[in-house]
Amino acid sequence: MPHDHHDHLSPSGHPYRPDDDHPLTYWQQMEIAVRELLIEKGVTTAAAINAQIETMDARSPAHGAAVVARAWTDHDFRAALLKDASAATRDMGFDIGPMRLIALENTDTIHNIVVCTLCSCYPRNLLGLPPDWYKSRAYRSRTVKEPRKVLAEFGVTLPDSTTVRVHDSTADMRYVVIPQRPAGTDGWQADDLATLVTRDSMIGTGLAKTPDAA
Amino acid sequence: MSNDRQYMRVRADMPPGHVRTPSYLRGKIGWVERTLGPFPNPEQLAYGLNAQALPLLRVRFSMAEVWGAATAHPNDTIDAEIYSHWLEPAEAPHAP
Amino acid sequence: MTEKPSFAGQRWHDMGGGAAGAVPKDQHDFSLWEKRVDALMIIASSQGHFTVDGLRRVLEDMGEEAFETMTYYERWIAAVNQNLIEAGVYTTAELAQRMTAVAARGTTYGEAASE
Repeated sequence: MPHDHHDHLSPSGHPYRPDDDHPLTYWQQMEIAVRELLIEKGVTTAAAINAQIETMDARSPAHGAAVVARAWTDHDFRAALLKDASAATRDMGFDIGPMRLIALENTDTIHNIVVCTLCSCYPRNLLGLPPDWYKSRAYRSRTVKEPRKVLAEFGVTLPDSTTVRVHDSTADMRYVVIPQRPAGTDGWQADDLATLVTRDSMIGTGLAKTPDAA
Repeated sequence: MSNDRQYMRVRADMPPGHVRTPSYLRGKIGWVERTLGPFPNPEQLAYGLNAQALPLLRVRFSMAEVWGAATAHPNDTIDAEIYSHWLEPAEAPHAP
Repeated sequence: MTEKPSFAGQRWHDMGGGAAGAVPKDQHDFSLWEKRVDALMIIASSQGHFTVDGLRRVLEDMGEEAFETMTYYERWIAAVNQNLIEAGVYTTAELAQRMTAVAARGTTYGEAASE
């Protein structure tokens, strides 16, 4: 890494993707200029920008998995989460910023799936940045019309007796799905259960892993 | 149970500019899942204007209502958040 | 092009219900410059210089060709910049001169980002 300056390392100390060495693009040129102008104008500082990047990097599906696993094991927390997911996740210690969150619980008869048809709204302050497919034309277009076909592409086939509820994140709320707790996990502690909770299961394009698949 | 539902029709307007009401729901009738807000009107926020606080309703639509009775799973649903100025009271779309 | 809703005036970003192919599953890691764009958006909007809806408005007005030809964070920096100029945080002339100065530092991102 010939240009491995210290301020180009991720918070973990590892280099980011080695795009430092690629030819400068017009939009990268703009990013550098905008960032420097914002610092010069006193809007922000280099440290604040780095801190914001660290904050986002620290957010990951593991946070959501911990929330789900606790909901599976703690009746009062589950009730609080369904009543006000923002407050419940904050009370659990997660910094979700100003995000307004609704938790959607899957049951034997209900399967929830989340999409943003107008842009790419996502519960990023809990789960981190969205996967690329979530922002794709295909996912945004098709999920509200043929959710079961989209689910099938993710390997999820639901019986006709299950109602699929699609949630289009059109405005101020963000959504996290509470997948069903897998069979064969009686007596498991929350930390172990959390390892079964995938990112996709909290978007609704997946199910929680089963113990034998974990 | 469905008699208690508060049905609303999404206005079928098609203005230019920034709005957060998806076109596939315009003109469609759903029922209020819950009421949220008030939240500032994004149609004003988008242009840097002082925004009016509006109720925001989560409205639930059947796939049959949105895509027609021939859709594969007519009882599956779509929920969306719609600002109150896009909604007007309506009758249930179909006899049960 | 099938099953497009018949509403005249439907805008390109308003995709729900449109016909499209299989959901692509390829994934890329975010690079530093992309994370910086994300951070600039969060910081500048949280300080009231513009709103998320202001960002969306510019992204929408950039049009479908931008969606198809630019990456996500390329579109975002364009929209962040547009909003900051509209908010008077800096001028187009200041941006122009700084972009020229940035490009003069080197031919890679790493070189250009090092003052």
